[in-house]
Amino acid sequence: MAESTLTRRGRRGPLTYVLRVLVLVYLLLLVAWPVSLIAQRALLPVDDPGGLGPFLERLTEPSTVYAFNLTLTVAFWAVLANTVFGVSISLLLVRYRFWGRRALSVLVDLPLSVSPVVVGLALVLAYSSTRGWFGDALGSVGVQVVFSTPGLVLATAFVSLPLVVREVVPVLEEIGTDAEQAARSLGANGRQTFWRITLPSIKWAVLYGVVLTAARSLGEFGAVKIVSQGAEFNGETATLLVQNEYGAFNEPAAYAVALVLVLISIIALVVVTYLRPKEDRA
Amino acid sequence: MSIEVRGISKHYGDFVALGDVDLSIPTGRLTALLGPSGGGKSTLLRIIAGLEVADTGTVEIEGVDATRLPPQRRDVGFVFQHYAAFKHMTVAKNVAFGLEIRKRPKKEVRAKVQELLELVHLEQFADRLPAQLSGGQRQRMALARALAVEPKVLLLDEPFGALDAKVRKELRDWLRRLHDEVHVTTVFVTHDQEEALEVADEIVVINHGRIEQVGSPEDLYDEPANEFVMGFLGEVTTLDGHLVRPHDVQVHTSGERGGVPGTVVRALRIGFEVRLIVRPEGAADEGSDVVVTLTRTFARSLGLEVGTPVWLEPEQGARVVPVRRAPAAALDGDVLGAEGALV
Repeated sequence: MAESTLTRRGRRGPLTYVLRVLVLVYLLLLVAWPVSLIAQRALLPVDDPGGLGPFLERLTEPSTVYAFNLTLTVAFWAVLANTVFGVSISLLLVRYRFWGRRALSVLVDLPLSVSPVVVGLALVLAYSSTRGWFGDALGSVGVQVVFSTPGLVLATAFVSLPLVVREVVPVLEEIGTDAEQAARSLGANGRQTFWRITLPSIKWAVLYGVVLTAARSLGEFGAVKIVSQGAEFNGETATLLVQNEYGAFNEPAAYAVALVLVLISIIALVVVTYLRPKEDRA
Repeated sequence: MSIEVRGISKHYGDFVALGDVDLSIPTGRLTALLGPSGGGKSTLLRIIAGLEVADTGTVEIEGVDATRLPPQRRDVGFVFQHYAAFKHMTVAKNVAFGLEIRKRPKKEVRAKVQELLELVHLEQFADRLPAQLSGGQRQRMALARALAVEPKVLLLDEPFGALDAKVRKELRDWLRRLHDEVHVTTVFVTHDQEEALEVADEIVVINHGRIEQVGSPEDLYDEPANEFVMGFLGEVTTLDGHLVRPHDVQVHTSGERGGVPGTVVRALRIGFEVRLIVRPEGAADEGSDVVVTLTRTFARSLGLEVGTPVWLEPEQGARVVPVRRAPAAALDGDVLGAEGALV
């Protein structure tokens, strides 16, 4: 770390400044400026009353509250599922050698590269109440997966699957197995070793993965769009609400919700940045 | 016997880490598994601990067949080369780990931890994290942690390998003293012959997955079973087709009493010692050079310097081992060059 800082300082020439300006302009035009316009439109709509009061009013509309509730519920279950599976898959990938390990590793990454819309379509095909392996069984007990909350959770979990795994795997590789073996030789069984030794060693990575997963889950649109009814009080998540309100010429509401989503992402990033150095120290 | 190893083999693909090894380790002694890297000694230790599974063979610890027992049920303490500290726990918590797993009463745990920290001289560091300790302190903590559960045997895998020379020496003396106090059957792996000779009651020399010799440090040093053991436990040089220790070579400045004639080609002074490199008469290159070590005083009294003609013979009663080659081949420079690697 110190070394790279020195190198950077040593090479401070005109080119560095040109590059810096270039990057700043690029980020400004692509990210900062458009996002700031969202904030501006949310608080000062063109034709509607502006200010904090009306902004909060738009956010407390029953349909908006429903949308945020749904989004939070879906994100919660997706994060929970992906944390449990993410840690298990990471342990499997790092601690065991088996046939097809690399294939599994690639499969875990697949959700990041597949378009969420495709994910949605695939889930509809697999889990509709009349089709797929479980369709009839689920239908007969009255559980509807697609076009209801479980479908939303599935879609969200699918697209955010790799985030925990990709954070945890490198840390698991780095900490090695010495401490775990020491724990075993001191009498700890597998479960005790995991809870007392392995998990505390990877907790920052897990937390980092959880934050990323949560951010991704809250903002998921494509896959959710396909598997949701997408109507007010009926499967309309926050992101869907943004699109619906925007399409219905209720732009102030759309911008208000959009701003909240942006703020959540920013908070997540701040948390992550705060966690990073801690993880390095561990 | 505390540990009985019978017919243990272990392969990694084509590589034979251990080939049908039998070994008995006596109770209450400090035993060293000595050998070059990759010789199989660490694998053997890890198999005894249950951290590695042998392909064939059985391990018995204190009369109990442990071959199929998981490590946590073998009652062994294991100390790793790189400490394997529980980084998120304080020193005291590290030491207490095994006792807490066994759900011992809090009071007992506290007393035991205190006692062990005093034993390893870390009592004032109880509330530190391992990261705040030096390497030597961390290894002492690891030792206390392993001793806390009162194991039947204590296994140490290159325990001082990651430490610098001075600390290594201190810890080595300290381990010896600790063992004299605690008396737990201890097996440690090392590739450092000096460490083994200095600390161990008994040494097991392992090479290429086989046991070369088992014996006390004196036995091994004085009566090496073969070329390898002799070469590994101290310096050797080749004189007249025999392996001999450089300090066991007698130097004469006249040929009256016989010996191998030669000329001093180099003289190095190392502290109180002088190292002479003698080229036997008729030898073409450095391949057949003989190394002789003398005290500085003695070398001076003989007036030895580069160019002096000398006659060499093994000291009376010195251990010599014939080189496993025809004497004719022994004069061949290339072959002896390879032999020189042993020195």
